[in-house]
Amino acid sequence: MKRNKKFGEQLGILIVLIFLVVYFSAVTKGSFIRADNLLNIVRQVSMIGISAVGMTFVILTAGIDLSVGSLMSLINIVCALLMVKAGLHPVFAIFLSLVVSCCIGLLNGLIVTMAKIPPLIATLGMMISLRGMSYLLCDGEPVDGFEDWFRIIGQGDIWKTPIPVVIMLVTFILGWIFLNKTTYGRYIYGIGGNEQASRLSGVNVTAIKCLVYSLSSLLTGVAAIIMLSRLTTGQPKIGTGFELDVITAVVLGSVSIFGGQGRLTGVFIGVLIMGVLRNGLVILDVSEYYQQVVSGMVLLGAVAFDNLSKNSKNTT
Amino acid sequence: MDQNILTVENITKSYPGVRALDNVSIDIKRGEVHAIAGENGAGKSTLIKILTGAVLPDSGKINLEGKTYPAFTPHQAIDLGIAAIYQELNLIPYLSVAENVFFGREIRFGPFINSRTMSLQTSSLLAKLGIAMDPDTLVKDLSVAFQQIVEIAKAVSHDLKILIMDEPTASLTVKEVRHMFDLVKNLKEKGVTVIYISHKMSEIFELADRITVLRDGRFIETLRSENTQRRQLVSLMVGKELGETYPEKTAQKGNVLLKVKNICTGDLLKNISFKLEAGEILGFAGLVGAGRTQLARAIFGADKIESGDILIDGKKVFIKNPDQAVKHGIGLIPEDRKLHGILANMSVKENISFSSLKDVSRFRIINSKQENNVTSSFRQKLNIKTPDMNCRVENLSGGNQQKVVLSKWLASHSRILIFDEPTRGVDVAAKQQIYELIANLAEAGTGIILISSETEELIGMADRILVMRAGSITGSFEKGQATQQSILDLAIGD
Repeated sequence: MKRNKKFGEQLGILIVLIFLVVYFSAVTKGSFIRADNLLNIVRQVSMIGISAVGMTFVILTAGIDLSVGSLMSLINIVCALLMVKAGLHPVFAIFLSLVVSCCIGLLNGLIVTMAKIPPLIATLGMMISLRGMSYLLCDGEPVDGFEDWFRIIGQGDIWKTPIPVVIMLVTFILGWIFLNKTTYGRYIYGIGGNEQASRLSGVNVTAIKCLVYSLSSLLTGVAAIIMLSRLTTGQPKIGTGFELDVITAVVLGSVSIFGGQGRLTGVFIGVLIMGVLRNGLVILDVSEYYQQVVSGMVLLGAVAFDNLSKNSKNTT
Repeated sequence: MDQNILTVENITKSYPGVRALDNVSIDIKRGEVHAIAGENGAGKSTLIKILTGAVLPDSGKINLEGKTYPAFTPHQAIDLGIAAIYQELNLIPYLSVAENVFFGREIRFGPFINSRTMSLQTSSLLAKLGIAMDPDTLVKDLSVAFQQIVEIAKAVSHDLKILIMDEPTASLTVKEVRHMFDLVKNLKEKGVTVIYISHKMSEIFELADRITVLRDGRFIETLRSENTQRRQLVSLMVGKELGETYPEKTAQKGNVLLKVKNICTGDLLKNISFKLEAGEILGFAGLVGAGRTQLARAIFGADKIESGDILIDGKKVFIKNPDQAVKHGIGLIPEDRKLHGILANMSVKENISFSSLKDVSRFRIINSKQENNVTSSFRQKLNIKTPDMNCRVENLSGGNQQKVVLSKWLASHSRILIFDEPTRGVDVAAKQQIYELIANLAEAGTGIILISSETEELIGMADRILVMRAGSITGSFEKGQATQQSILDLAIGD
């Protein structure tokens, strides 16, 4: 009973996903559904997926984090410079990069809670300045020349599964536990639903908000390192528009932009829809401009379909 | 001409797990004030929502001035001259009175809004209602009472036939209530039919020509108010004879739990000092705006204290925010349940355990089984009516929501509980249960601060009553000394 109800929440977008898979499989005469292509799809969206877990936490508190795209660029450059210019061991460089990510997220959280600037504006400001910082750090030039085995993170496999996909799955599983089984998760839903009542129930709203922005940035940092390892050059222009991809995935996953409502299982499906759509359109050799038009339409269509299927359930 | 302006026939409406209205038929006569009485969850709100088109009935029909409709859409209801005034107002704060009255139907001069004509027409409209108000004032600058009047003016401006008023006096002062009554009588003289929903017996008997009682979603009876006794009405609402009695309390007062010394915050609180003993019910009387809610929020750490000390168990504590207050064992049942009390998007279970998650978790991981056990025990103890524990708390009636909020604090083992208007908007039977719960808590040694605007309730419940006026404590009564008159004298002052 209870399980059905929860499952029902994601039914609408699950139907959209299945429809897309069936459609692309049919029009590509089966080449879409081949195992290597499916694995390819999941690898392509793994970075969006990892960052979307953190974004889900933020949006559930009725916030938003626009800074993730620029942060991806900054961490890309920072990690590259630490290895190439400072000559640090990759493990140490990765660790330091993640610490930097966390600090920037914490700063986002403090701006939102202490300076009381609405999240949209606070993270917009961060988005602009982080992008500038990342160009400054590398003078706008690509940074390359890493040790060979650094590539494993982005390009290697574990049991025939690409490592980025493994990291994404682990992120989703840990994120799901965090959100559904810990007190933190409960407080996140509480704050998104009624911040005043949560505060008056003794929840430290400032701390929880700082935590969600830190996690969003930390996970984006992880995605940035995967990106760096896949491209093997640090580039300041990387991650342009990434924040919109991540937000799109979360919204596709039927998480309410007003906070307090939505589940990570839905976000996972949302991430897959984005991957399937992109890959399918590429295989069909649809031009890039048309791809954008279609992607936007599918987003609107999927969210509308999801809302309508929910509403019809409420009234019967 | 038909004597009935509106009849609803065999209306049924179900929500998941609840049958809100069950085959209800009511007739409303043209030009009468018709009160709808019933406990929380009796189906009053659902009935209003159907009449204003906010929800669709599952079955049944509505007959308005001889025409039959299966249901109304919100637009249709307005066009047909039905308007409703809710406790929550639907005005736009940064627009003027006139702009609100004409919102959506602005008077235009070509493509431009004709503000002057709108203001003039609003003035004459308000004058007809016997109200003096500047139509160019921004709505945000008006008191709640005047905002309600703007809502009424807005309704009247649409060729109003039926006005539905849902607990219109809940947040009004005594004087404002009188004003509201005059307005209702004025509207009635102008031929408007009024459907009036209230928990307050005195209001129903003063205003209504006829009273319809609903109980558990069913129609019980329609009574003429001049032939009806107050007691008879209450027993119809509750379904059994019920006295307005307050529970006997035998608790012995214990050691001092809370001591407040010279608390000040700006103009709102001036040098407040008092002490609260274990097992004591300390009442706070006063008019709206006397500073009682501010005092509660200050003790609870929700608002800053400028100077003064708070001592718990004789030790000085610094409570800077509510989570520290909770750690010191203080709980607050706030006045505005929807805004500050419940987490509407979450389940009954999640609401109850929200402040005590640390008790049912290890290393921050929640133990679902333990959580289910603890929260279910409160459902039983407090007799919370809900289809199941995973039901969203917003689907519960007001009285049951209040019990959920109370359970949250009981689950977190609060030793000091602050009740801010705990029985506001709660029906007679639920009131009785809340009184009993408060008395039981005191017997178990909890220190209770009871803020209430109903002096009768304070006299019945409290061991000691402090009266506040304009941010200061102006007097104190031991149990048995206070009368409604003596409290009111101190509350109003000169």
